[in-house]
Amino acid sequence: MIENKAAAETLAGLKPRDGTSALPLVEMRGITKKFSGVTANRDVDFSVDAGEVHALLGENGAGKSTLMNVLYGLYMPDRGRIFVDGHERAFSSPKDAIASGIGMVHQHFMLVQTHTVWENMILGVKEMPFLLPRKKIQDRIAQISEQYGLEIDPTAAVWQLSTGEQQRVALLQMLYRDARVLILDEPTAVLTPQEADRLFLTIRRMTREGHGVVFISHKLKEVMSETNRVTVLRGGENAGTVATAMTTEEALAEMMVGRKTALGFERRPTARGDTVLEADDIHVLGDRGIEAVSGLSLSLRGGEILGVAGVAGNGQRELCEALAGLRPLIKGRIVVNGKRMDGAPPRRFIDELVHYIPSDRKGTGMAPGMDIVNNAILKKYWSKPVARGAFIDWGSSADYAEEIVRKFGVSVSSLSTPVKNLSGGNLQKLLMGRELSGSPRAVIVMHPTWGLDVSATRYVRDQLLARREGGSAILLISEDLDELLALSDRLAVIFKGKFMGVTDDPRSLPIEDIGLMMAGGRGKSRAGAARETGKNGRSRRAGRSGKAGKEASS
Amino acid sequence: METLLSILAAAVRSGTPILYATLGEILTEKAGVMNLGLEGIMLMGALSGFAASLSTGSPWLGLAAAFGVGACLGLIHAFLSVTLGSNQVVCGLAMTMFGGGASALAGRGYIGMTTPGIGAWEIPLVSKLPIAGRMLFSQDVMVYASYVLAVFLMFFLSRTRPGMNLRAAGDNPKAADAMGLPVARIRYLYTIIGAGLVALGGAYMSLVYNKFWAEGMTAGRGWIAVAMVIFAIWNPLRAMLGAYLFGGVEAFQLRLQAAGASVPAPLLMMLPYLMTILVLLFISVGKGRKLSLSAPSALGIPFYREERE
Repeated sequence: MIENKAAAETLAGLKPRDGTSALPLVEMRGITKKFSGVTANRDVDFSVDAGEVHALLGENGAGKSTLMNVLYGLYMPDRGRIFVDGHERAFSSPKDAIASGIGMVHQHFMLVQTHTVWENMILGVKEMPFLLPRKKIQDRIAQISEQYGLEIDPTAAVWQLSTGEQQRVALLQMLYRDARVLILDEPTAVLTPQEADRLFLTIRRMTREGHGVVFISHKLKEVMSETNRVTVLRGGENAGTVATAMTTEEALAEMMVGRKTALGFERRPTARGDTVLEADDIHVLGDRGIEAVSGLSLSLRGGEILGVAGVAGNGQRELCEALAGLRPLIKGRIVVNGKRMDGAPPRRFIDELVHYIPSDRKGTGMAPGMDIVNNAILKKYWSKPVARGAFIDWGSSADYAEEIVRKFGVSVSSLSTPVKNLSGGNLQKLLMGRELSGSPRAVIVMHPTWGLDVSATRYVRDQLLARREGGSAILLISEDLDELLALSDRLAVIFKGKFMGVTDDPRSLPIEDIGLMMAGGRGKSRAGAARETGKNGRSRRAGRSGKAGKEASS
Repeated sequence: METLLSILAAAVRSGTPILYATLGEILTEKAGVMNLGLEGIMLMGALSGFAASLSTGSPWLGLAAAFGVGACLGLIHAFLSVTLGSNQVVCGLAMTMFGGGASALAGRGYIGMTTPGIGAWEIPLVSKLPIAGRMLFSQDVMVYASYVLAVFLMFFLSRTRPGMNLRAAGDNPKAADAMGLPVARIRYLYTIIGAGLVALGGAYMSLVYNKFWAEGMTAGRGWIAVAMVIFAIWNPLRAMLGAYLFGGVEAFQLRLQAAGASVPAPLLMMLPYLMTILVLLFISVGKGRKLSLSAPSALGIPFYREERE
C-alpha cells in the first residue's frame, strides 16, 4: 500500500505533457520470461514515449502478449528491469502497474459481465469510499467519454453491450485510472472496419493528450497507417525497432518471420459441382435459449468456398452446429445431397460426408485427454477397417492415424501423445486431417487459422483450397476479412442470425459495404467517399494485391 | 386464527437456522467459492455453541464460540479450495462428513443435558401489531439479528465497495485480478465469514430452537440451505422468503402430528423436503435465464494468475 502511495505521488507530479522530456514514459530493459522451460521472452528491450503509438508486431507465439503482461504486472519477469519516468519499478501485480499509470486492454476484455458499466469503471480503484458515490462516478465517466469520444451508457450492464461498446468500457476503465500508457492487445481483431476507424480516432485523441499507446497487432496495414514506431518480436526476441515512416509492409513481414515469405497463393478456377448442402429459412436457438439463427437460407455447391463474414456472436457457431446436425432446428429445413436432414442425428450427417471443423478445437473438435489414435478414429470407429464387429482393431487404427499424421504434416513424437499436449498448429493439422480425409462432400469450417502462426496458417489455407479443387463444398466462417476475401468464391455477411447479403464477386465489393453489413446495415457503395483514416491514404478496397493473393481465376 | 398465528410464528423460528446458513452460503458463493459442507458446519456450530454456553453459563459466548468454530472450518475450506485449488464439491462433502462425525463423537457427553439458552424477547410496541407483531416481533434476539443481517447483506452486496469487489471476484476473478483486486484474500475472507454465519444457524438449533444437543440434530437443514441459495437466486431478501416457506411447512407438519392426524408421521416429516424439491423444480423451469445471470459465473472454479492457455 505504501509503495502504491509513493507511485501515485510520482504520478501526480507528472512530467510535462508536451513531450519535451527525453525520458520515455516507460522503458523495459533486458526482459526475460520463461514458462516451464520454454522461453517466451529473451532479453527484450522496449520503450514507449509520450504522444506516440508504438506497434508491437509479431507472429502468434512470438511473445507479444507475454511481454505486455510483464509490463502490466500479470507475469513476473525472470530477469530484466522496468523504468517508469526514469524510476525503476517492480510490479508484483497489476495493482502496482496501474498505480504507475500503466493500463492494458486485453483481447478478451477484463470486464465483469454482470456488473454495470460504472461498477466496472471503479473496480479496484483504491480511493473509493465504503458507500459508492454513483452520481459522482457517472459524472466523471461522462467527462472522460466526452474528452476521448467514447460514448457509453454508464448504467447499462456489460453483458448487454456489443463487443465494440465493451471495448470502449475497457478503454474508459483505464483512462478512469489515469493510465498514461495504454496497452491495446489486438484491439481491432473483434471490430468491424467502421468500429476500428472509430477506435483509431480515440487513439489519436489519447496521444494528443500525451498518452503513450502500445498497439499489439499482426495486421500490417493498420500498423503502417496508425503507428509511429514498430517493434517486431520474433521467437521471443526483439528483432528490431524502426520508425513506421521508414519501413514497408514487406520489410516488416520479413522481420516477423526472419526470411522473405511469399504471402500470396494460387486460387485456381474450379468447376462447380452439384448442390450439396441447402438450408432453407432455418431458425436455431443459442445456448441461452434465445434465437441465434433466425431465418437463414443458403445453398452450397461442390468445388466452391462460401465465406461468411461477421462480428463474433452473430449466430456463426449455432449456424455451423445446425448444419453439422449438432443443434436442433426450431424451424426450417436442411437438405444434404437431396435428402431431408432436419432432425437427423449427427451420425447421419457424417454418413452423408458432411464434416465439421469447429473453432473450439479442444472442446468440440477433439477429446483432449485421449491420444492421437483415439482422436483420429473418432468418426471411424463404427466402420471397417477400424471396427471389427464390436471390437476396435487397434492395429489398423494406428495405421489410419499414422496416415493422417504423415499426410497432414503433424509433428509428434508418438501416436500415444494426448492431443492436449500438441501445439495449436499441430492440433489444427490433426483435426483438419481427420475432417478432410475421405473426400467429404461438404466441409463446415470455423476460424481455421485462429491462433496459428504464419506458416501453419498458410498450410491450413492451402489444404482448404486443395479440398475445394477436390470438389468439396466448403462453408468458411471467419472473423478475418483478409482470409475470407482470399479464399472465398462467394461471400455472405451474417448479422443477428441472418445473411445481410451474399455476393458472387467478393473481391470487387468495397470493404466499407462489408463493414456496414457486419454492423447490420445494408451495403451501399460509398467507396469513393472521403474518409478520415489513413495517413498514407491507404486503399480500403477489398480487391487488393499482397496478402489477398494472386487471382488466377477470372 | 390462533392456530394460524402460532404456525406463522413457528415458521419464522423454524426457518431461522436455514436463513443463517443460506445467508452465509450466499456470501461465500457470491465470492466464487462453493461450500457444500453446510450440514457439517451447522452441526459443529450446534455442538460448540451448546458446549460453550454450558461451560461458561452464557449463551452469547456460546454463539461466539459457534461462529469461531465455523470460521475455522471455513478457513480450512478456503485453504483447500482457494490455495490448493482442489475440487470444491469433494471438499464440501468431506466437510459435511467430518462435521457430522466429529460432532457426534465430541458430543456424546452432552446428550441428555439442557441449557437455558436464549429466550424470547418481545419488541415493545411493534410486537402489539396485528399478525406481524406475533409472527415477526415476538421472537428472540437471534431472529431479529437475522432480519438485520439479510437487509444489510442485500445492501452490502449491491451498494458498497467491498460488496462490489466480492461480486467481481465471484464473477470474473481474472478481471478482478487485472484491476488489482486481491482475489484470493477476498475469497478467503468471505468463505470464513460465510461459514461462521452457517455455524450460527447450527447454534440456533441447540441454543434457541431446542436448547439441547442431539446427534445429527440439524436433520438435513444444511442441504436445504444449499437449495435455498438457488431458490433465492443469490438474493438475501429472497432467502428470507425461502427459509420461512420451509419453516412454515415444517411447523405445519408438526402441528398436524400433534393434532393426531391419521397420516403416518414419516410421511408428514417428508413434507418440507418435498416442498424444497418442488420449489427447485418450479424455479428451474422458466427462470433459466434469470438464474444463469444471477449465478456467480466463476462459482466453484479455482483461480490462479500465472496460467498459460
